[in-house]
Amino acid sequence: MSSHTTHTDPVILEMRSITKEFPGVKALAEVSLRVKAGEIHAICGENGAGKSTLMKVLSGVYPYGSYDGDIVYQTEVQQFKDIRASEHAGIVIIHQELALIPELSIMENIFLGNEPTKRGVINWAEARQRSTELLARVGLREDPDTPIKEIGVGKQQLVEIAKALNKSVKILILDEPTAALNESDSQHLLDLMLGLKGKGITSIIISHKLNEIEQIADSITIIRDGKAIETLDVKADGVDEDRIIKGMVGRALESRFPDHTPKIGEVFFEVKDWSVGHPAIQDRLVCKGSNFFVRRGEIVGFAGLMGAGRTELARSVFGRSYGRFINGHIYKDGKEVVLKNVRQAIDAGLGYVTEDRKSLGLNLLDDIKATTVSANLKKISRNSVVDTAKEFAVAEQYRKALRTKAPSVEEGVAKLSGGNQQKVVLAKWMFTDPDLLILDEPTRGIDVGAKYEIYGIIQQLANQGKGVVVISSELPELLGLSDRIYTIFEGAITGVLNKEEASQESLMKLMTSARKAA
Amino acid sequence: MNALKKLFGGNTRQFGMIFALVALIIFFQFTTEGRTLTPGNVINLFNGNSYILILAIGMVLVIIAGHIDLSVGSVAAFVGVTVALAIRDWGIPWYAGVLLGLLLGALIGAWQGLWTAYVGIPAFIVTLAGMLLFRGFNQFVGKSNTIPVPNDFQYLGSGYLPEVGPSTGYNNLTLLIGLAAVTFVIFSEIRRRRTAKVLGAEVAETWVVVLKLVLVCAAILYATYLFATGRPGTSFPIPGLILAVLVLIYGFVSSKTVVGRHIYAVGGNRHAAELSGVQSKKVNFLVMMNMSILAGLAGMIFVGRSTASGPFDGVGWELDAIAAVFIGGAAVTGGVGTVIGSIIGGLVMAVLNNGLQLLGVGADLTQIIKGLVLLIAVAFDVYNKSQGKRSIIGLMMQNFNRPTGGPGTTLQPDETTSTKETIAREA
Ligand SMILES: Nc1ncnc2c1ncn2[C@@H]1O[C@H](COP(=O)(O)OP(=O)(O)OP(=O)(O)O)[C@@H](O)[C@H]1O
Ligand SMILES: [Mg+2]
Repeated sequence: MSSHTTHTDPVILEMRSITKEFPGVKALAEVSLRVKAGEIHAICGENGAGKSTLMKVLSGVYPYGSYDGDIVYQTEVQQFKDIRASEHAGIVIIHQELALIPELSIMENIFLGNEPTKRGVINWAEARQRSTELLARVGLREDPDTPIKEIGVGKQQLVEIAKALNKSVKILILDEPTAALNESDSQHLLDLMLGLKGKGITSIIISHKLNEIEQIADSITIIRDGKAIETLDVKADGVDEDRIIKGMVGRALESRFPDHTPKIGEVFFEVKDWSVGHPAIQDRLVCKGSNFFVRRGEIVGFAGLMGAGRTELARSVFGRSYGRFINGHIYKDGKEVVLKNVRQAIDAGLGYVTEDRKSLGLNLLDDIKATTVSANLKKISRNSVVDTAKEFAVAEQYRKALRTKAPSVEEGVAKLSGGNQQKVVLAKWMFTDPDLLILDEPTRGIDVGAKYEIYGIIQQLANQGKGVVVISSELPELLGLSDRIYTIFEGAITGVLNKEEASQESLMKLMTSARKAA
Repeated sequence: MNALKKLFGGNTRQFGMIFALVALIIFFQFTTEGRTLTPGNVINLFNGNSYILILAIGMVLVIIAGHIDLSVGSVAAFVGVTVALAIRDWGIPWYAGVLLGLLLGALIGAWQGLWTAYVGIPAFIVTLAGMLLFRGFNQFVGKSNTIPVPNDFQYLGSGYLPEVGPSTGYNNLTLLIGLAAVTFVIFSEIRRRRTAKVLGAEVAETWVVVLKLVLVCAAILYATYLFATGRPGTSFPIPGLILAVLVLIYGFVSSKTVVGRHIYAVGGNRHAAELSGVQSKKVNFLVMMNMSILAGLAGMIFVGRSTASGPFDGVGWELDAIAAVFIGGAAVTGGVGTVIGSIIGGLVMAVLNNGLQLLGVGADLTQIIKGLVLLIAVAFDVYNKSQGKRSIIGLMMQNFNRPTGGPGTTLQPDETTSTKETIAREA
């Protein structure tokens, strides 16, 4: 451990040998964490390492008494009995699944549960003035009366921070804040964090985007399998991404992408003149006459900014599960197919892994085995009766193949860490054995090691002669993985680049302009 | 120590329900000085509650799928009066009457399913309307009169298994059913264990299983004994038999078939289910339709039992059925619940009713107590959800229990998804 200079950087928070057990799982084993006042402290570790659990212990989500060990904050041992108690002490956690209410306005959300009152009546004038100030502090130029549902994720994230600032936060905890953000929104958020640091606010950040960590963190604590492995001082130790990875996985990772020589065959899937209307707004188009095709054995990337219409395109092709179909044709193996619902799409050999695990990909009440087979019950049932033995065997097979970290396939998916949930969703679609698998942000919230594995799985599918479509907001991922990349801007396909011609710059240009390419 | 904890550290809803049921029975057995567990009373209890339990079977599916059905009492009454009239005025035989009733139930169910599933009106509203509509139809068609039904139709609601075979002093058919049930329980347990072992899945310790089997079989045999030794002419009641068959069928369908999986999937997360190829509209339609068919059946059994159809049949049934389902561990938000759980929940209510009646407690106090029991049962459940441990009874009930993540499912609120993005997009 690096020595610390107590006189300049007093320790504001110390977690001493925290142990937290869930039935059958020891999530944390004697983890200690020291955070200096005014620093940005990152927590890194593989999926399921225990990062979120540690932060939930700190913020009172798991109350005092449900864990072992001490939390020493501002030189006193704390016994938070709930989130309110920790917030009161100035520790605010922002979960990835934001606690904002879509129907309420920015201002109402900021003051929710904390309304400024005058003789018991909410003082909206004061609220408005204060929220204007807070929004200015986080650099969000929006009317405080705008409903939350009308602003993008990046801005919502900022509203959460404004909300935290309103609670006079001393330690701000951000659990994977940039996972769903695009590059520029992420950058804005990171700059904001640096700004807050300048104002003396201590931050703890969890992220799988190691370049961001490298960029802003002062110290990094690495957690592996529920144990704190080391704490690195970024400047003093000259920490870079490779060093973090080494700590996380216990060995150096030679490259981010597995070796792969594509075996590309003929075109087998083609979409022509695909136009789809917005589900609620009459004249708005979310797909404007798009054309694309996929060859056998090919990995095709889709690049675009947040809200460009990549997900909309994918979901509307996948059995018209999004928007109002207007016109277009789908050809598979040279024949036109009409896919009016998801069932037909699956039967025609399509699979779609949603970007939104929790609300669209999983039934959180299910266990791993039920989830794994849920899109292909036919295959494990006879005369419509589910063969539970087969179900178990199939789930077990995928658990081993994907190395999902779980005590057994009877574990509820709600209890898995984010990365492992993603693997279960992947397993579910691999089990449908699709000819064309569409993956929407397949590595969102996934650690570097697991990413590598998932890339390997994707390449394996391609090697089997399947077509794979990957939608991703991380350009390096698209560049490393795809054989060909389409770019989308405002619902229209603006270009397509082969692996050789594609670069961050060339993609970015096409992603931000309506220039029509061949 | 650990074993003791396992035995008594009950934390699942199954444990709570069974424990409550057994405790209630024992409590009333004592306080009524043995009048609770007599053949006459037990038979009576079954006869008087079978129609509610039948409704609970349909209701739990509706609630698992994330809906509610308030119209069941009115539907039951409307079907009852129509069948009674048809038998009286058209002179159709009883079985044709039953068929007509089921068909009418299906029609009504299709009507409500259409509004719920395809028009997209919340079932609460559709069935609230249905409650008024079909109550009105009942009184309109029956002109608010009582309409008697013939004897052979009454058999449906108040008949018993006949005496056959050698005179053993017991009702032979009842004994046979009891033995069949015991054999079934033992064999299915053995089979389940064997497959689990082959797969390398977790199996409960042998003594747990043996204890479970002994307890369950003892209960079945004791019930058999009670039913088989009733007043001459009585035995296992026909409504009870219908109920048992339905429990078997629906228990199987809900836990072992593709349709069952789909119902849970739609209730658990409709969007995820749809994106997995589940046709949620069809599922919702079927569930609502099925409910009305069962309501029709319940109505006919009730008419058979009370020998006539009346304008106030089935008033308040929906509440009893819904209470049974929630006491039985279903979640208001859908996706959770079991058929057998709802039956146990219904039995808790039934035993409570019956015991209080035997004790001479007035209707006012009975209602107050029932209200509190519902509240406490669900509170207990909510509390358990925040704990999430498995008890021995929980393990014992595993085969009835749908395999889920267990009750201790606390959601992880962090992680990397953007619900609100979707909400925003879909708005
Ligand atoms: N409520 C719970 N019940 C049971 N086990 C749980 C629960 N919450 C977390 N776990 C387990 O504890 C371990 C640590 O989970 P945690 O969510 O802290 O991981 P993480 O480091 O945040 O991973 P990720 O990067 O995937 O988000 C995992 O094995 C997980 O399955
Ligand atoms: Mg996490």
